[in-house]
Amino acid sequence: MGKNNKTPEQKQYEKLEQQHETKRPVLKNCIKAFFVGGTICAIGQAVSYFYIYFFNFTEQTASNPTVATMIFFSMLLTGFGVYDRLGQFAGAGSAVPVTGFGNSVISAAIEHRTEGFVLGVGGNMFKLAGSVILFGVFSAFVVALIKTIVIQWFGGGFQ
Amino acid sequence: MIVGKASWFFENEPVIIATGVTGGPFEKNGKLAEDFDLLYDDLWMGEDSYEKAHRLLIDEACRIALEKAELTKEQVNFMIAGDLINQITPTSFAARSLAVPYFGIFGACSTSMEGLALASFLINGDGADYIVTGSASHNAAAERQFRYPTEYGGQKPPTAQWTVTGAGYAIIAKQNEKYSEKPKITAATIGKVIDMGLSDPFNMGGAMAPAAADTIETHFEETGRNHEYYDLIVTGDLGKIGRATVLDLLHSKGIHIPEEKFLDCGLMLYKEEQPVQAGASGAASSATVIYGHLLKQMNYGFYKKILCVATGALLSPMTVQQKETIPCIAHAVSIEKNS
Repeated sequence: MGKNNKTPEQKQYEKLEQQHETKRPVLKNCIKAFFVGGTICAIGQAVSYFYIYFFNFTEQTASNPTVATMIFFSMLLTGFGVYDRLGQFAGAGSAVPVTGFGNSVISAAIEHRTEGFVLGVGGNMFKLAGSVILFGVFSAFVVALIKTIVIQWFGGGFQ
Repeated sequence: MIVGKASWFFENEPVIIATGVTGGPFEKNGKLAEDFDLLYDDLWMGEDSYEKAHRLLIDEACRIALEKAELTKEQVNFMIAGDLINQITPTSFAARSLAVPYFGIFGACSTSMEGLALASFLINGDGADYIVTGSASHNAAAERQFRYPTEYGGQKPPTAQWTVTGAGYAIIAKQNEKYSEKPKITAATIGKVIDMGLSDPFNMGGAMAPAAADTIETHFEETGRNHEYYDLIVTGDLGKIGRATVLDLLHSKGIHIPEEKFLDCGLMLYKEEQPVQAGASGAASSATVIYGHLLKQMNYGFYKKILCVATGALLSPMTVQQKETIPCIAHAVSIEKNS
């Protein structure tokens, strides 16, 4: 049965059931997400400064090693079984930064190790992250296309 | 003997002669740890996949049950069991090593009572001497099949439930003098599939509540019993939300079960501080609590007559993604003990 063609009886039940449903604590979740997400980003910023001050990186080029380092941290935390607990506490706070993306790839890789390296790890690693990559690349393409068209039409007047 | 449309009275009173209950690490820290026969310290249980660990839980539960009943597997006529994993492979693989003629059944989390009702019917009608029946689930194996990888950091809403790692198996036999003190099965009501239009897989208690209410109502109607007949009515894995909703639904139908007489296995297994959101769920929730905890309580004399209503959500990850609503089912079995 589809979601959108409910009988009156079903609608009535839905109302009754909702009275008992525990509501998501949205405000509390937002505050937790803000602070945990902020902390992760602050750590990322510190790592970025570390590469700028101790190695030969500039503010533009430091982002690559920073992302790699943050994903490495995320990998350790995922492997030791900490990141999923952090995720339950922080919600979007730990899912949105790049560490959350790393966690989705790494957790799938660990999970499917029992089905072998090729069909297990290889075939399932991007099960969750695959759509992020697909739509990330696609939306970048669309934005770039719009930019190109605008520049062509208006002769670079916006530059 | 059939009464009404969907209920059976078992006039020969088949008995539960022994049970075997196994569990995982989370259950070990839970409220009912001492009611388990065997508890494992980690989810792998020395196996190299969660599915193999799942099979081991069933293997061991059957072994313990047979040992307690002082039976060999050659004496058992049939095995009627199931679990939640695709094609119920853990149970079928356990049946392979047990080498007993086997009915594999799937009723999601209602499998335990589906199996018990069928086993009792077969024994009652002289179709078998001994039947082993039960159900099992494994938290990580279920999690990876129905939701996300175990280590994925997604946030679960407060309506979500925690899949029990465990297996609960019982051996059902014909009534005779030797077993007159054992708990007997007197009636069962088979539920129909009910879909009240909920589609959130993170709120299964809410989806399953109407099925439980319907089966309880049918049971009372067809058997002529009412809630006063029972000391306890226990549901399988409705959790906080489902339990409150069922009480409400029954109330509106004129069945006023006192709240203290209406328990839910999903709310009995774990301690308050364990992070299980709305409660426990999974095929092992009802099986471990009923076969482990409640039968013990009956032996101690706390309860004489209980009605066990196991509820199941008949969804798959694919139907969820295809935006289908969740059809649910509930089966009721009445277990009694001579005083």
